[in-house]
Amino acid sequence: MWYYKIHRNLNKKVKPIIWTRYHSIVADRQWQSVVGLEVHAQLNTESKLFSGAENTFGGLVNNCVSLFDAAIPGTLPVLNRKCVELGVKTALALSCRVNEVSTFDRKHYFYADLPAGYQITQQRAPLASDGVINFQVFTPGVHKKPYKKSSKIKQIQLEQDSGKSLHDDELKRSLVDLNRAGVPLIELVFEPDLEDGEEAAALVKELILIVQRLEACTGRMEEGALRVDANVSLRRIGQPLSTRTEIKNIGSIRGVAGAIRHEIDRQRSILESGGTILNETRSWDATNKVTVAMRDKEVVQDYRYMPEPNLPPLRVNLKTKNDTQDVISVPLIQDQIPELPEDTRKRLVQEFQLRPEAAIQLVNEPILLEYFLEISANKERNPTKVANLLLNDLLTALNQNKVNIDHCPVTSKQLIELSDLLLQKKINLDMCRQILDELVHNADEDISPSRLLKEKGWSMITDEAELTKLCIEVLENNPKLVKQYKEGKKKVYRALLGIVVKSSENKIDMAAVSKIMDDLLKK
Amino acid sequence: MKFKFAFITFCKVKYIQILSRNIGGKVPTTPVNTLEKYQNKKVVVDKNTLNLLERLSLVKCDTTKGTKVLEDSIAFADKILHINTDNVEPLYSVLEEENLHLRTDKVTQGNCQKDILKNASITEDDYFVAPPGNIPLQDIKAEEICELTK
Repeated sequence: MWYYKIHRNLNKKVKPIIWTRYHSIVADRQWQSVVGLEVHAQLNTESKLFSGAENTFGGLVNNCVSLFDAAIPGTLPVLNRKCVELGVKTALALSCRVNEVSTFDRKHYFYADLPAGYQITQQRAPLASDGVINFQVFTPGVHKKPYKKSSKIKQIQLEQDSGKSLHDDELKRSLVDLNRAGVPLIELVFEPDLEDGEEAAALVKELILIVQRLEACTGRMEEGALRVDANVSLRRIGQPLSTRTEIKNIGSIRGVAGAIRHEIDRQRSILESGGTILNETRSWDATNKVTVAMRDKEVVQDYRYMPEPNLPPLRVNLKTKNDTQDVISVPLIQDQIPELPEDTRKRLVQEFQLRPEAAIQLVNEPILLEYFLEISANKERNPTKVANLLLNDLLTALNQNKVNIDHCPVTSKQLIELSDLLLQKKINLDMCRQILDELVHNADEDISPSRLLKEKGWSMITDEAELTKLCIEVLENNPKLVKQYKEGKKKVYRALLGIVVKSSENKIDMAAVSKIMDDLLKK
Repeated sequence: MKFKFAFITFCKVKYIQILSRNIGGKVPTTPVNTLEKYQNKKVVVDKNTLNLLERLSLVKCDTTKGTKVLEDSIAFADKILHINTDNVEPLYSVLEEENLHLRTDKVTQGNCQKDILKNASITEDDYFVAPPGNIPLQDIKAEEICELTK
């Protein structure tokens, strides 16, 4: 007790000082932001979840629709086997417990793009529950170092997508396309384990990489194949969760980070001015970078859940590899799971001694990773240098030519030749960058880097005698600088090197020249 | 004549049999409220709930008669509330012991845009045309005024 009193008295005296000195930090720490995600991912199947209509993006309007999808009376749902397989596969990759028996429910909405008036989903007994996703949070420019984070998964459920509505504000009507109605989705419900937008964005990125490796979903957020809802709330540290807002349908990874950051700031400023947060649905306006309240759902909706009477329980075989048409074997699917991104990162660090940052960046761009593994298959090539070439120089060249990485025109054969030229010091980094730029710009897979080198006359001066001659020339022409150097002004050394580079028109190996220069100056 | 007597007697006997069956049997001849041990309090639907229900169902029931029908329906359904269902697993479907049939992932339906659009009263460029969402008009107007005053 006495200790407590002293502590309190001390605190009283010390606090005002701390308060004034660290005001901004303390204000930031008053509120802890809590973020939880719900992700909808469209499954990569030929046909829809409960009907034999085609599952495709961008088809002829209202053409990929079966009578069931349009809720014509008398039609019944028949579950697509592939959807269960892909759902189970994703669940296993996220270390979920797959449920032996799962059931379907109707969730009622009254929207024009939902012809039946309800969505078939899994509310009471989902396909899988209790998983976890581990990922690295590292946004260059935001974080100096990557850190590990994990989020628990409450459940994974199979459900139908709705149709698409185009809103015509002028004529006060909606145009409805049912091609998406009945497309298979898995909904992944995450626990509120995250703290900010960057962590949420990193989670979504990792999830996309995983579903892409599993070939369960294309992960193309721009097509709406993967959509994110974020629940955001603020609380005093140590307090229970408070009122949250839900940001619906965020359509890009940077959007996830931006929307959550904005929403946290908005809630904080409301709370600090003494206001209260309303439980509401908001949407992310990507152009103005704000979240705005959506007009529907001012009251908590009553979905009138009821068991789907047309579908008996879905059963899977958890124990044996005995697989039948109606009962899928889970151990058999377990065997099909490929290497996951987290394992690849570990392998890159252990096998190739890459820095964790480089490993994260490589894994984040599957195309770069493919290049890297192909180039580094020959262990004589220095993996760190290869990674740098890809992550810095290739990406820069692509950016400058405004080419999306998914459409990178450079072939791995060209890259292998180029990295050999660079690593064997036949060209310097500067030439290498110019060649990359040419390769991206021309987008011709027949161009060989060494031929390009000859055509442009970019051959390197490697002959030591010639380099020495060049250096002596430079030293003789700049007696002033040499004198300064000898008097102890070491800075001019770089200037001298610069002159060598200039006089040789960039055709020298810097490391070699630097050595020769050193020797010459010592004399 | 004999025949007629026999017929009448037969009818009488049958009538007595039916009567006696009803007297000795468990089926009451008139409706009795034996199943309800206590009368549930009648649910009164307030204005807000009514508005919510109207919006959810898109059915107008905001009249005295409509409210009465709604309240009677609730009272009707409430009659099963007193039944003790402790430790009874709910039965959702009589097919609960069956496995759900799984279909091979192949495109077998669709490609029937004309048939699908046949039921629509208004279409535009092969789209269905629908009213703008599930929002009462006065709410939109109120919102617009709100936005204007901002």
